[in-house]
Amino acid sequence: MNTRANAAPIGPIAPADAPGPLAGLRVVELASEWTSYAGRLLGDLGATVVLVEPSSGSPLRAYGPFVHGVQDPENSLWWWHYQANKFGQSMDLESAEGREQLHSLIRSADVFLEGADRDQFEALGLADDELRREHQSLIVLSITPFGRRTSRTDDPATDLTILAGAGPAWSCGYDDHSLPPVRGGGNQSIHTAGLHAVPALLVAVLHRYTSGLGQHVDVSAHAASNVTTEAGSYEWLVAKNTVQRQTARHAGVQKSDPTIAFDRNGRTVFTGVPPRSQADLERIVAWIDALELRDEFPDVVLLELGIERGGITWPEIFADELCGQIFAAGRTALTLIASRVTDREFFIGGQERGFTVGVINAPEDVMEDAHFAERGFHARLFHEELGRDVIYPGTPMQFGASPWRLVRRAPRVGEHNGRSLDT
Amino acid sequence: MARPLSHLRICDFTGQLAGAGATRFLAAFGAQVIRIEDPVRKGSWDILRGNTPYKDERRGVDLGGAFNNHNVEKLGITINMREQRGIELVEDLIRISDVVTENFAVGVLAGWGLTFERMRELKPDIIYASNCGFGHRGPYRNYKTWGPIVQAVCGLTFSSGLPDQLPAGWGYSYMDHHGGNFMVTAILAALVHRHKTGEGQWIDLATTEAGASLLGPAILDYTVNGTRMRRDGSPDSNHSPDMAPHAIYPCFGDDEWVAIACRTDAEWDRLATHLDLDADRRARYSTLAHRLAGQDDLDSVVLSWTQTRNKFDVQRELLALGIPSAAVQKPHERVDSDPATSEWGLWPTVTHTAMGEVRVDGLGSHLSETDWSMTKGAPCLGEHTDHVLAEILGLSAAEIAALHADGVV
Repeated sequence: MNTRANAAPIGPIAPADAPGPLAGLRVVELASEWTSYAGRLLGDLGATVVLVEPSSGSPLRAYGPFVHGVQDPENSLWWWHYQANKFGQSMDLESAEGREQLHSLIRSADVFLEGADRDQFEALGLADDELRREHQSLIVLSITPFGRRTSRTDDPATDLTILAGAGPAWSCGYDDHSLPPVRGGGNQSIHTAGLHAVPALLVAVLHRYTSGLGQHVDVSAHAASNVTTEAGSYEWLVAKNTVQRQTARHAGVQKSDPTIAFDRNGRTVFTGVPPRSQADLERIVAWIDALELRDEFPDVVLLELGIERGGITWPEIFADELCGQIFAAGRTALTLIASRVTDREFFIGGQERGFTVGVINAPEDVMEDAHFAERGFHARLFHEELGRDVIYPGTPMQFGASPWRLVRRAPRVGEHNGRSLDT
Repeated sequence: MARPLSHLRICDFTGQLAGAGATRFLAAFGAQVIRIEDPVRKGSWDILRGNTPYKDERRGVDLGGAFNNHNVEKLGITINMREQRGIELVEDLIRISDVVTENFAVGVLAGWGLTFERMRELKPDIIYASNCGFGHRGPYRNYKTWGPIVQAVCGLTFSSGLPDQLPAGWGYSYMDHHGGNFMVTAILAALVHRHKTGEGQWIDLATTEAGASLLGPAILDYTVNGTRMRRDGSPDSNHSPDMAPHAIYPCFGDDEWVAIACRTDAEWDRLATHLDLDADRRARYSTLAHRLAGQDDLDSVVLSWTQTRNKFDVQRELLALGIPSAAVQKPHERVDSDPATSEWGLWPTVTHTAMGEVRVDGLGSHLSETDWSMTKGAPCLGEHTDHVLAEILGLSAAEIAALHADGVV
């Protein structure tokens, strides 16, 4: 079992009702798929975010899944997730009065967050330089598929087409290349754009503290996903190598060994890198013995040879036939062990013995896992229409003094009309 | 152009991408990032140091392409933390730093006596950002991870795949990128808080939590509706419940593919016209509900059109019709031939002391007044040790020579 000391002292945790780090920052967001996540993150960090949508409701309310499967603009769980922690105002953006209402709201804001099509943007009279001419401290944050500054700025795009064109899909898929490349699930190009946008915005916020001046922050989802491909990009940039996709492993220039195994119920687990050090080899032999698997695993002698020679090193694995066999026996041992236990027993049992192995959780498994629950990852919000708390995914980062907080469910259409940003 | 973070100093123990990516962002905006490595093990805790890809036939700790990519614009020093004098040097550095960053396993910094409380004694408003797979609290706090384990445990691996196939994973350490991005978001938010209140703080980032937070609608589908993603035919991540057709289709050539997504009935109608679809099918698939119900047939129709065509021709024709479409670009295509990356300036060239000129990843943002810039490559091992000891910590030449002689740096 794990004998490593858990010596790290635990520092302070912010009181749940303390203001977030961005408290006082006023953000007006023009509802768009591309801005949704960035706006949510700003709200989570304490900014006051007012989400503006058309009087008829945003088309984004048609994105599923829906509460109890009933399609309704107030039932979209996509909307519930991405628009939580925001106030909502609806206006007739086709009319001069509605446009003036939007402009007036923006004049009272620190940040205007938008991801509109260029036609819509211009029809609203929202050219970035004009806005900032009359409001010099305003920061305009644009998050669009290809950025406002490139010749592809008007190309239509979705999460699927961004991940296809920008590199992630080329690296994601299967050893069998007759199967298509795969889009990573969960609207990730929007998250990637948001995770490039929010830190860039915070740089602009810090700059404004000293200069008093705003600026335009232009974010391209395509550019952001292009630089979120790890070796996919830099193997080409540095060495003109092209990575090839492999099932559940890093796309590589060289083929790697499979890392997925099956537990006793047919669920998948991640076996990671097989043991190499003497101590790790001793621990895996002990695990085999604890499960009484020695008789059906004759290659245990190879692991014991590895122990006798004091472990194996990476260069030896490739240069020495016996060391290669010892390494392969380690992977076979992990695969055999996995097949006799549950996926969770394999994960816990392996990690407690110091092996970097994983359970392949579905999203629901994460919410049933004690570690996440104990860290407070279950964020609760009361929903009056359901008469109960709903559990949302919690904070991605725990602050000691100024907490991430989930305090407000997503707005209904026009729920906060007339509300000023300062109230 | 002004460098907006040039007033900040970062005492940086991060490595790999999950940590180094955070301080890379700060350095690109002008922060003075002082990356500390171990002289005894020649910085090998960061497995990317000296590792593939290589620009030429040379090999060595200073010649790894990934390490260069993740550490541009940083200063690099070596300090032996086994020596008390080494710990004292770091304490001196913390006294004049704004942020301490690390992505070690739990307990490494504390083992050197560098608890958050100690850091606050040294610098009362210090911001300390720790980053590890499971965070510093909770039952799994001592478990070890790397990108694929993080993605497996947090649900991202499971969520990506085709029906009746194994999880596809991600094909790379997606959460190493976002580990860094969440970390730098937290650091900058904490700097905003410090500006307003004078208060520093400790940020405990668990990348498994950060990853799970990126699966919101799927998690709500479970907590509200009880719907599990682990069910027959699921996940099916190239399809969408909100659009059809919506998939990646084969094109002419070896491993050539194109993504097509029709967001509305009108876009579908334009696609059907372009494909010269028969009247029966057009009528049958006029609504999203019918297209979703007949998705397999619809996919075969689209596939029979795409498979004899060049992927970029399909992209161009459909974009002209206002239909989202993208060739699945290979690395050389998106790096060298895509105006949306070249016009963005997405691949800046940096000069590395040993490697020479190398192109690296830029950022997905541009700021009109205080933009990022990347011109200097990653530091060679200990490249700036003497400079930092002399110019930043104020040590004399004799003191520096003694530190070298004693194996402290």
